[in-house]
Amino acid sequence: MAFAHKHIISTKVLTRAEIDLILTTAQSFKEINQRDIKKVPTLRGKSIINLFYENSTRTRTSFELAGKRMSADTINISAASSSVTKGETLEDTAKNIEAMDADIIVIRHPASGAPDYLAQRLSRCSVINAGDGAHEHPSQALLDLMTIKEHKGTLEGLTVAIVGDIARSRVARSDLYALRTMGATVRLAGPATMLPPGLDKLGAQVYTDINAAIKDADVIIMLRIQLEREGGSKLLPTKREYAQFFALNPENLKLAKPDAIVMHPGPLNRGVEISSYVADGKQNVILEQVENGVAVRMALLYLLAGGNDD
Amino acid sequence: MKTIIKNGRVIDPAQNIDAVLDVVINAGCIESITAQVQPAADDQVIDATGLLVTPGLVDIHVHLRDPGYEYKEDIISGTRAAAAGGFTSVACMPNTNPSNDNKAITRYMIQKAQLEGYANVFPICSITKGQKGDSLVEMGDLKQAGCVGFSDDGLNVEDGAMLRHAMEYAQGFDMPIIAHSEDESIKDGGVMNEGALSTELGLTGNPWVSEAASVARDIMLAELTGAHLHVCHISTRRSVELIREAKQRGVRVTCEVTPHHFTLTEEAVRGYNVNAKVGPPLRSAADVAAMKEGLRDGTIDAIATDHAPHHIDDKNMEFIYAAFGMIGLETALPLALRLVDEGVLSLNEVIACLSCKPANVLRIPRGTLTTGAAADLTLIDLEYTWEVTRQSIRSRSFNTPFEDQNMKGKAVMTLCAGKVVHKEI
Repeated sequence: MAFAHKHIISTKVLTRAEIDLILTTAQSFKEINQRDIKKVPTLRGKSIINLFYENSTRTRTSFELAGKRMSADTINISAASSSVTKGETLEDTAKNIEAMDADIIVIRHPASGAPDYLAQRLSRCSVINAGDGAHEHPSQALLDLMTIKEHKGTLEGLTVAIVGDIARSRVARSDLYALRTMGATVRLAGPATMLPPGLDKLGAQVYTDINAAIKDADVIIMLRIQLEREGGSKLLPTKREYAQFFALNPENLKLAKPDAIVMHPGPLNRGVEISSYVADGKQNVILEQVENGVAVRMALLYLLAGGNDD
Repeated sequence: MKTIIKNGRVIDPAQNIDAVLDVVINAGCIESITAQVQPAADDQVIDATGLLVTPGLVDIHVHLRDPGYEYKEDIISGTRAAAAGGFTSVACMPNTNPSNDNKAITRYMIQKAQLEGYANVFPICSITKGQKGDSLVEMGDLKQAGCVGFSDDGLNVEDGAMLRHAMEYAQGFDMPIIAHSEDESIKDGGVMNEGALSTELGLTGNPWVSEAASVARDIMLAELTGAHLHVCHISTRRSVELIREAKQRGVRVTCEVTPHHFTLTEEAVRGYNVNAKVGPPLRSAADVAAMKEGLRDGTIDAIATDHAPHHIDDKNMEFIYAAFGMIGLETALPLALRLVDEGVLSLNEVIACLSCKPANVLRIPRGTLTTGAAADLTLIDLEYTWEVTRQSIRSRSFNTPFEDQNMKGKAVMTLCAGKVVHKEI
């Protein structure tokens, strides 16, 4: 089947068949990454711009490798600051890139909606959202699904618990929509200050007790907690208390199904949201997520830039 | 030479007039309203058959951006937009640059409108110098210069003692305090209504409590001081309830609602529509219903636009960075007329909410067609349908969430002091 989307901005709009196509395509690209010579000519002559308005090591490297392994020309642009303080508007920046006949712009931006904004204004380029504010991070969700499917064989009927700062998590939102579309049950958990209103309306079950959330879960996704100041904030008293009540550790992990897998989008705060014993334990699949990330991003680039050629 | 507006359906709620009558204008004032006037040879006759003839509409909340932000709007373009929307009097907010906290700016606004404008301008001055929230403006002096009320609109007066003393002092000069009631600390950087949609869009929500908590405080300060508090642009169900209850207790409180807050819900933001970004934010369907109920039972005194022009360069960007506000002068009348179709208000009540009632809030001598009053009139074609486009809007800015929508009802002629300032018949 041909892929019907010009942009990848949200998982909310993806159908079950489309997600299946992305995951199947990614699975075939994963094999390339395991070869000695990790390069195919699939996207030769295509130009991909990674336009990153936020710091990122993992996601940017992953997209860059994905492009390069398919022989696309990839350029990284790191904007130190937002378009407003930089003095050039996001639209002008993007239109300049488009004028150089780029095929895909991969954008990460602190403002929710920035990829939508670009997609509405660019005429030729495809836009891939590599994370916008607290809105969405679709490629992360798709690599999560790929990893879960590899372990569980299916997504249908699974119970997935996502624990952490849901309010500020674009990963949680993208995971929620994609997992629900594939027939999984999604539990979102965290301190009540980090659970925004309306999560139930978006299809989630909501918990403030991590033990209840992970009980009998097939998959546990722990989110990075961002506590800038050691002394606490309006949302959280201390890291210490967070670790005490909301972290995944070897004890509460026993509440999940015995074959449950543990995931984390990274970077890890060891000893805060996840115990090192769990992060390095036999149920963790965190580095598999990273590996699958390259394959999923190859699939997305292929489906947007080259997928309709044959 | 007189001007006679013949055969229109004259609606003047302040005088309980609703009949087909002729309005006689002489020397810029209303001379009489009677049936079947016989014009003299040199009289100018305007045929208003099939049209409403109402008092010139009054908008007690606009931003004219002049001085300082003339690239968004100025007193000429803003009053031109007012006239096109049927408004002959507007009260303009002081968040100009420099802000209107002194007699020189107040007089500049009034005089520029008189010399070059298309409508009467009644300046509202800031409560505190520079809208900085820490020291009172010269209220007595400003009243003498023509100021009609005090507001730090756009900003809440966070300091409770400051607002209390402002109310006391304004009360001594028989002037209203006009509150932008929104607790900034509870708002906490919110850019749209807090709810499932803000969660979905990943935008920081502004909960209804930011407004209602501030309204509650402001009502109690008005109760304490005996001052007249006018609450700007209410948007939440709880604000309506608080004001309803305060009025029942005899507190001197009035309030206004904007057309966008009784027409649109937060759903207008979906797709990160910057033209639906406004403060206070568009709220839930239940809040919109409460606005209508507040209008219906009279808790809400006036419809005011909060006309807030912004240049495209202040809007065309990522949602969180875009300016708050939308234009409203030219869409207010058709949106208010929808309330008649929906059975919320009668036609006479809609006109009252756009004329005599807002004029009474600020004690502006306008909004009615009594003999001797300034001949400010609006001729309305209820059946006129039109589309909101850049070409059809006179404001210098075009930040409206109603772009490309069809409107029904239009001011087809507007007269200010007997002079035709807008005409499209």
